[in-house]
Amino acid sequence: MRAHPIRRTVLTCVATVSVTTLALALKPHSQPVTAGPQAPRSSQSPSVPGGTGSGTGSGSATGQRTLTGETVQTRYGPVQVEITVDGAKITAARAVKTPSGDRRSQDIASSSVPTLVQETLDAQSARIDTVSGATFTSEGYMTSLQSALDQARG
Amino acid sequence: MGDAAGLHRVVHTMGTVFSITVRGADVGPRALDEAEAWLRHVDAVFSTYREDSAVSRIARGELAPQDCAPEVREVLRLCERAREHTGGWFTAGHSGGFDPSGLVKGWAVERAAEALLSAGATGVCLNGGGDVQLHGGPWRVGVAHPLRPGQVAAVVESRQGALAVATSGPAERGCHIVDPHTGQAPVGGLASLTVVHEGLTDADTWATAAYAMGPGARAWLEAQPGVTAFAVTADGETWSVTP
Repeated sequence: MRAHPIRRTVLTCVATVSVTTLALALKPHSQPVTAGPQAPRSSQSPSVPGGTGSGTGSGSATGQRTLTGETVQTRYGPVQVEITVDGAKITAARAVKTPSGDRRSQDIASSSVPTLVQETLDAQSARIDTVSGATFTSEGYMTSLQSALDQARG
Repeated sequence: MGDAAGLHRVVHTMGTVFSITVRGADVGPRALDEAEAWLRHVDAVFSTYREDSAVSRIARGELAPQDCAPEVREVLRLCERAREHTGGWFTAGHSGGFDPSGLVKGWAVERAAEALLSAGATGVCLNGGGDVQLHGGPWRVGVAHPLRPGQVAAVVESRQGALAVATSGPAERGCHIVDPHTGQAPVGGLASLTVVHEGLTDADTWATAAYAMGPGARAWLEAQPGVTAFAVTADGETWSVTP
């Protein structure tokens, strides 16, 4: 199943605002947790259908249902998320309200699509902060690129 | 307090090395102390090399999972979730044993990075043995070229938000990933496989599972919403999956 480009963008928005919302949800005075934070984690065994409490749903109880979370005030602005669940599986997520207005909010909402640049480069010229590779042992670390980066930082 | 370059610390534990960089004016060395203490705590609880660890006691049948500390139960639950999500390709119960090591490191790193963010960091880059959890940015993560030492095969850039980059492969310590169905190294295996997702628990277990799938990895990754992946094949070809 390949995501449609538009949905991909939306999912990305949801992912970003969810991080924000999750962080807020951990604060003692936060708003009730909505369906939003769970939306991008389609792998989670969802307590979503019954777990939103304050959300509203439509559709049959066993088939496909659409749930809308409460609007949550984040420090970047109001966020509201709608998800579609089929049985226990989240099949779609959509931000129905995202922060807009100031530039910072736009940046947050436009979010963190990772950029993957495929190009073989010498590690020195790649201007990298860290290295991902097959797991190294304590001994393997000594000769790793990561070790060289760490030493360069002092 | 942290400057633009950030505070940096290297921690040796869990049989590997963790490199932590945090940015932000509000985060100090104390947050790094706590992250280091957390990683050492996880090692004490989950090490299969320590006879007195909770995991060793569970494996010997001396400790029932329901009597364990909440974090052990959380890991057990996450192992089960990863097993279900990957159709059994990731498992903590290989050969009838019990070894959640394939999940614990990524989970510990994800949790430590969250704690650093909560402590006031505006940017976090936490690398645990080659698997990375990021918050904020910009950060650039090089993917080590499995066939060309000293080179990177790709660069993953993150500008903001949470992002994890996990790479599986035999490159650094021989082939430690086996097909759980055969107990053998994956057939038609890749030289390395990198999975990019929000959290390292998922990215790491999915990279492990997909690597074990061998030729089936690409189709499985393409079916995962929101996943970016990058692979180098044994003959040096590359392919990628974008969401």
